[in-house]
Amino acid sequence: MSRGGRAMFDLFARVFGREDASKDVAKERLRLVLVHDRASLSPQALDELKNDLVNVISKYLEIDQEGFQVDFSRHEESMALVANIPVRSVKRRTL
Amino acid sequence: MGEAIVITSGKGGVGKTTTTANIGAGLAQAGSRVALIDADIGLRNLDVVMGLENRIVYDLVDVVEGFAKLKHALIKDKRFENLHLLPAAQTRDKTAVSPEQMKHLVESMKDEFDYVLIDSPAGIEQGFRNAVAGADKALVVATPEVSSVRDADRIIGLLEANEKHKPCLIINRIRPSMVKRGDMMDIDDMIEILAVQLIGVVPEDEAIVVSTNRGEPAVMNSNSRAGEAYRQITRRLKGEDVPFAKIEEESGLFGRIRRMIGGFKG
Ligand SMILES: Nc1ncnc2c1ncn2[C@@H]1O[C@H](COP(=O)(O)OP(=O)(O)O)[C@@H](O)[C@H]1O
Ligand SMILES: [Mg+2]
Repeated sequence: MSRGGRAMFDLFARVFGREDASKDVAKERLRLVLVHDRASLSPQALDELKNDLVNVISKYLEIDQEGFQVDFSRHEESMALVANIPVRSVKRRTL
Repeated sequence: MGEAIVITSGKGGVGKTTTTANIGAGLAQAGSRVALIDADIGLRNLDVVMGLENRIVYDLVDVVEGFAKLKHALIKDKRFENLHLLPAAQTRDKTAVSPEQMKHLVESMKDEFDYVLIDSPAGIEQGFRNAVAGADKALVVATPEVSSVRDADRIIGLLEANEKHKPCLIINRIRPSMVKRGDMMDIDDMIEILAVQLIGVVPEDEAIVVSTNRGEPAVMNSNSRAGEAYRQITRRLKGEDVPFAKIEEESGLFGRIRRMIGGFKG
């Protein structure tokens, strides 16, 4: 197909809803990839976060540090920080 | 006291060296005292883009190591007597220079020049840290493509974490005809995504290839559309408020004639 013919074909494909303008695809892909890029922590920072979490939670609960896991969970639209914290026992409240 | 500006991007091949050469020549043309530093150690390029490759005696590493004096290493551009280039070393690597040494060097050059432009290597490693170390301001070059914008976002994040740098964006190689038919991100799309201040939009232009062949920055060519874009960036850097004109594809006979004249005159 000639250059003009190709452009015409693309235009028709778009008008009839078969294909998005490629720049919209690019924008949407960028938006998603940047959500992840911007929220990412370095492995070192993630380790520090884990340690801080252990310290805070240990004030209230006795936790199993071996099974303690923190990681990012990626979804299409967003990111979540997911923690799995096995609890041994609830600390008895002292008044 | 001059101003040090780093030209950077993250991704390679998006136009950092071309931008540095053209803005440097543009600022010199407008009467400023300008020094260009090629900080891409090991991949020296700015010298050939400027057409100064045959006059190199000493380089950046020689100066930093105290082997040569700055004034002996700086190459004076014959076309503009107030334009100088400090070339990169070709046979060393980025670790030959530290960020502290670069900072010291750039600081000392700011006493003598109105503008010190630093051409950064690609990447976010030590070469990048060297290039930004002494800079007061950063120009981030990005093309309207997913990978380039993604890398620009990363660089902007790193520069903003550094606080003293206030990045401005240069969009390079935009093609109005592709933007028009929806096959290329436009200026607004990129600004919306990167949330950063825009300082210039440079169209894709064959005159860049011609001028690189000749070693004469396109900013010297009054018929080149990219050259005009660089002249506008130059004026904005000098504090002038230059509106962003809509860039149009030059088509038809008139555009072709203009391009031919521009191409031949170089
Ligand atoms: N606006 C433009 N129009 C056409 N070609 C360009 C443009 N900007 C850069 N180029 C070309 O792209 C290539 C890479 O440019 P360069 O400045 O060396 O990139 P970088 O320094 O970021 O690696 C070169 O061949 C250059 O001539
Ligand atoms: Mg380069």
